[in-house]
Amino acid sequence: MLKINNLHAAVDGKAILKGLNLEVGSGEVHAIMGPNGSGKSTLAQVLAGRETFAVTDGSVDWDGTDLLALPAEERARAGLFLAFQYPVEIPGVSNAYFLKAAVNAVRRHRGLPEYDAMDFLARVKAEMKAVGMKEEFLYRSVNEGFSGGEKKRNEVLQMALLEPRLAVLDETDSGLDIDALKIVAEGVNRLRSPERSMIVITHYQRLLDYIVPDKVHVLSQGRIVRSGGRELALELEEHGYGWIDAEGKAAKAAAGARP
Amino acid sequence: MSAIDTWVARQRERAAHLPGASLSWLARRRADAIARFADLGWPTSRLEAWRHTSLAFLEQQALAAPESAAHPAATLAALRAAFDDGGHWLVFVDGQFAPTLSVIGTLTAGVTVGALSDALNTAPDAVEAAFGTANDSASPYALNLALCTDGAFVRLARGTSLEQPLHLVFIGATGAADSHLRNLIVADANSAASIVEHHVGGGATLGTVVTRVQAAQDARITHVKLQQQDAQAIHVAQIEAEQARGSHFASHSLSFGARLARNDIHTRLIGEGCETLFNGLYHVDGRRHVDHHTLIEHAMPLGTSREYYRGLVDGNARGVFAGRIIVAQDAQRTDAVQRCDNLLLSKLAEADARPELEIYADDVKCAHGATVGQIDEDALFYLRARGIDQVHARRLLTYAFAAEVIERIAHDALRKHARTALLARLPGGATLEELL
Repeated sequence: MLKINNLHAAVDGKAILKGLNLEVGSGEVHAIMGPNGSGKSTLAQVLAGRETFAVTDGSVDWDGTDLLALPAEERARAGLFLAFQYPVEIPGVSNAYFLKAAVNAVRRHRGLPEYDAMDFLARVKAEMKAVGMKEEFLYRSVNEGFSGGEKKRNEVLQMALLEPRLAVLDETDSGLDIDALKIVAEGVNRLRSPERSMIVITHYQRLLDYIVPDKVHVLSQGRIVRSGGRELALELEEHGYGWIDAEGKAAKAAAGARP
Repeated sequence: MSAIDTWVARQRERAAHLPGASLSWLARRRADAIARFADLGWPTSRLEAWRHTSLAFLEQQALAAPESAAHPAATLAALRAAFDDGGHWLVFVDGQFAPTLSVIGTLTAGVTVGALSDALNTAPDAVEAAFGTANDSASPYALNLALCTDGAFVRLARGTSLEQPLHLVFIGATGAADSHLRNLIVADANSAASIVEHHVGGGATLGTVVTRVQAAQDARITHVKLQQQDAQAIHVAQIEAEQARGSHFASHSLSFGARLARNDIHTRLIGEGCETLFNGLYHVDGRRHVDHHTLIEHAMPLGTSREYYRGLVDGNARGVFAGRIIVAQDAQRTDAVQRCDNLLLSKLAEADARPELEIYADDVKCAHGATVGQIDEDALFYLRARGIDQVHARRLLTYAFAAEVIERIAHDALRKHARTALLARLPGGATLEELL
């Protein structure tokens, strides 16, 4: 269970998250939607432990652990996974080395024996097949020269290998055509389980046709302004984000007008 | 007596014992060379080309033979074990050819591989043609000519090739306070060879090395230099190449050791359609200093040159790169790319990267760029977000940055050896061995 309480975060002194509250239960899939600049990616990065974002107030409790007290690598080992919106290219490091180092770091933490080269290859090849990645991608540098779709598949592959308890998918649909989107969504759906919670961040409701969420939240100006079921996403699809912003401003104005 | 006078006296003293002493052309060139050195003295920072790397301290420096440097036989055994490629090994200890340590396998007819000191007896005319003069050369290379005791002589007749790499191993052991080596590589039309220079040991000595390469039409020469000298050594070296029509010359310079290492690497593309690769990597830490000055002269049309240098600069160390590309008016449709990228691994490290293009032709494609920076924070976070700890992630990214240079070495065993040598330099390198 993840409990985000009154989370405030800033970058370069500029406040971006301004009192965000969210609870995600075990096995639940929550979608977070919102216009550009509403703080969606900031939330993802703060949860993953990026230090460029300063948490100025609030708390994040993750099954009794103070998530914000852990450095990024420990969060990952404890089972948090961020699928990056823009996966980073790392020339000179083979995908195989990278994946094995990551998987073994997580396995060590969980008290599991590390994979040797043979076991790892067998495992990774099976997972690659499931996300439709060719074997050659093992021997190429991490994400280097990968197309947008290949990068996102590589993210889903990593998620499958690392078996997180909490996965945060940051605009995993951006830049994908419909076929790539379906493959990525299938990969994600395959990983849905009662022990694994997911936060799916997206600008468009399109992704939610394929990854059906338990709950949908709308983020605006650093706060969750609406929560609901799937129908909320469809509503957003129909009306756009304009009305959310207008509501936000009206609420603010009303608050300001109070004596 | 000034320090320069000491060198002149030393040359006079040694001249009679240098190989080829009885050859009049050589005696004349040596006399001219020492005169030039005496005239110029050690280069100081007043000279533009030596602005960051003054050798003026050598005036005061008393050189001493190393006390506990590399053990020649053990050093060689380790090197040979790393290459089970059946290559050829020419070994020089303290500037002298070591025939008992050297192993030359079967060579194709028309291929000559041996010590310069022998070639001066057996093929003096060929040596004379390739030897070079001290005219116009910087003073350390004039000193090299005046004092050189030996080096490799390689001659490839038309259409011949060395199937396996030729390793030239220069070991500074305990015998001499200074060493001066000169390698001559003469590649006739359509010949091919890979030649690897290994520089190891050296204690606190001064070593100068000049390697001259003549690549005739369509010849393909790959030169790899792996400098892993002791941390107090002073290494001053020049590579001078000349490329005829359609020839291909690749220079890979890996500079890992020595207190001060200076490399001047120069090629002239004097025929049409030549290809050149200058590929380099340096790692310096502590208070060490490395300087690469490179020059690619496109004199004729349709030449292609690629130059990629990368530096890892740690501690209080300094890395210098000055690369110049000249495209002469006749060198139309030249295609030249030059890059130098440096990674600063500490706050006190310093890197100077200066790319220069001088273009006199109007139909050319030329690009250059230089960067000095730190480890990419986005990449670092990406690795950490996958559970890889910060220290390991930094090491991995540092290695990967440098390895890009090594990946351009086409020969498998050489590339693998270079990777191992790099990892041995990097803190925690052993934890990355799986990358090899």
